[in-house]
Amino acid sequence: MTDLTKLTLAAARKGLRDKSFSSAELTDAYLAAIAAANPKLNAYVATTPEQARAGAAASDEKLGKGQGGPLEGIPLGIKDLFATRGVHTQAASHILDGFRPEYESTVTANLWRDGAVMLGKLNMDEFAMGSSNETSYYGPVINPWRSGGSNAQLVPGGSSGGSAAAVSAWLCAAATATDTGGSIRQPAAFTGTVGIKPTYGRCSRWGIVAFASSLDQAGPIARTVEDAAIMLTSMAGFDPKDSTSVDRAVPDFAAAVERGVKGLVIGIPKEYRMDGMPPEIEALWQQGIAWLKAEGATVKDISLPHTKYALPAYYIVAPAEASSNLARYDGVKYGLRVSGKDITDMYELTRAKGFGAEVRRRLMIGTYVLSAGYYDAYYVRAQKVRTLIKRDFEHAFADGVDAILTPATPSAAFGVGDEDMNADPVKMYLNDVFTVTVNMAGLPGIAVPAGKDASGLPLGLQLIGRPFDEETLFAAGRVLERSAGTVFAPERWW
Amino acid sequence: MSVDAATVKRIGRLARIRVEEHEVEKYQGEINAILGFVEQLGEVDVEGVEPMTSVTPMQLRRREDKVTDGGYPELIVKNAPLSEDNFFMVPKVIE
Repeated sequence: MTDLTKLTLAAARKGLRDKSFSSAELTDAYLAAIAAANPKLNAYVATTPEQARAGAAASDEKLGKGQGGPLEGIPLGIKDLFATRGVHTQAASHILDGFRPEYESTVTANLWRDGAVMLGKLNMDEFAMGSSNETSYYGPVINPWRSGGSNAQLVPGGSSGGSAAAVSAWLCAAATATDTGGSIRQPAAFTGTVGIKPTYGRCSRWGIVAFASSLDQAGPIARTVEDAAIMLTSMAGFDPKDSTSVDRAVPDFAAAVERGVKGLVIGIPKEYRMDGMPPEIEALWQQGIAWLKAEGATVKDISLPHTKYALPAYYIVAPAEASSNLARYDGVKYGLRVSGKDITDMYELTRAKGFGAEVRRRLMIGTYVLSAGYYDAYYVRAQKVRTLIKRDFEHAFADGVDAILTPATPSAAFGVGDEDMNADPVKMYLNDVFTVTVNMAGLPGIAVPAGKDASGLPLGLQLIGRPFDEETLFAAGRVLERSAGTVFAPERWW
Repeated sequence: MSVDAATVKRIGRLARIRVEEHEVEKYQGEINAILGFVEQLGEVDVEGVEPMTSVTPMQLRRREDKVTDGGYPELIVKNAPLSEDNFFMVPKVIE
């Protein structure tokens, strides 16, 4: 029998419906793959084999009767940021030690409603704060990709590094992820997978551990554009429990995948050409432009003049919101408690021990920019800049641009323990330079693997769309995927 | 703008994160590096620009003012490090 874990989600779904194999067989294949790979890759922080097998059995019963939802019997990995009832939910943080929520996030509930099977919880940067998955309390995730001829360990990107590595290394059919500044798209680009951050409001944030509420959005990481479309169709939807969830019908995204780009206008923003950008990234971008043109799209140079201010504005807005959201971790309601001489002492000791260095740094920055006397100079100014960033995009779309093509990241995956980045937090932050604008403007963005660098590592392109027009991103993303014509499969060493 | 050692300690107290004496210098350097990075926002002309309050053009929904959930205190305290009779337990706050 063929290796079931290598199937795309779409192919696995077809196989299940045709009864070529059962969900129990598919699930067992993934559980065995995880058991073999996880000691090396560290993609999962918890596995739920009993729950997975029970879910698979229930799915097989439905499939046997010709019933079942759109994801019936499909085994998925879930980022540790999503609350899953009775199951490890710690945002990969020490401060949530032992937390087992009594409730289920809306996004995961939607997936179970549609028949999906949970394999376990995926590693991530602590509280989704990081671009390399090195801030996790559970240790770094290792990228299944290696440079040609090298044994050096590379990061899978972050914060959804576990999701990206697990999808790339065939440890789940697809995974949930979240994106606050690039946390779906950057790891997707680093691992040769497809990741989409939908429009703000498309997926409910209810039951997802909050980082920066005005920027956070859930989305899938998958092996193909079609798989990502199938996943998003199930994940998305209106939820009265999230006041920013948008009451709008969810299209069948998979139906848009083969729509093509004929007649579309694709904007190329000149501000995304950064100083010191590797020539390979520039070449990839030009290649993407040529592919879209060849399929009938019109390409237009555009300007998004406030691009360079998106990252600095983000590093005010996101820490500010985080400092408020993470105030709830106080050693009283859940997780870790470190006793002190009085209640304030207990709070301070619990939070100093429970939060890792990157989280503490961002909470300190967020507290500072919101403190009396600095609020207007930092926070209000950053929110004004954010208005200008969004306006740049609105002007481009008003001028007839249907989608915008950019590189996804300024480089391919880098090494675990990169000294430059560890010495200077700002260097690490620059990973999100092409993705963060999209969160600041609330727009949808997809990362699609489109080429490889000289050492054979995957590189991604990003498409940015109009609000709620994820369909155009799937259509154009599919054209990039088809034109690249490469199978992005790491060579197995684990 | 940059922060001095006293400010780092004050932020730590506000954030309820214990900052030990030997950590002050490291925090100070890192915070100042980030503040230096965001300094460039000062170049942007924001005269007459409204600060963003909602990234999607929407009004917050309202709902009827009635209780729609609850009645399970034992589940609420289930994850607490310390609880008694469905109350969260904390160190004494009033003498």
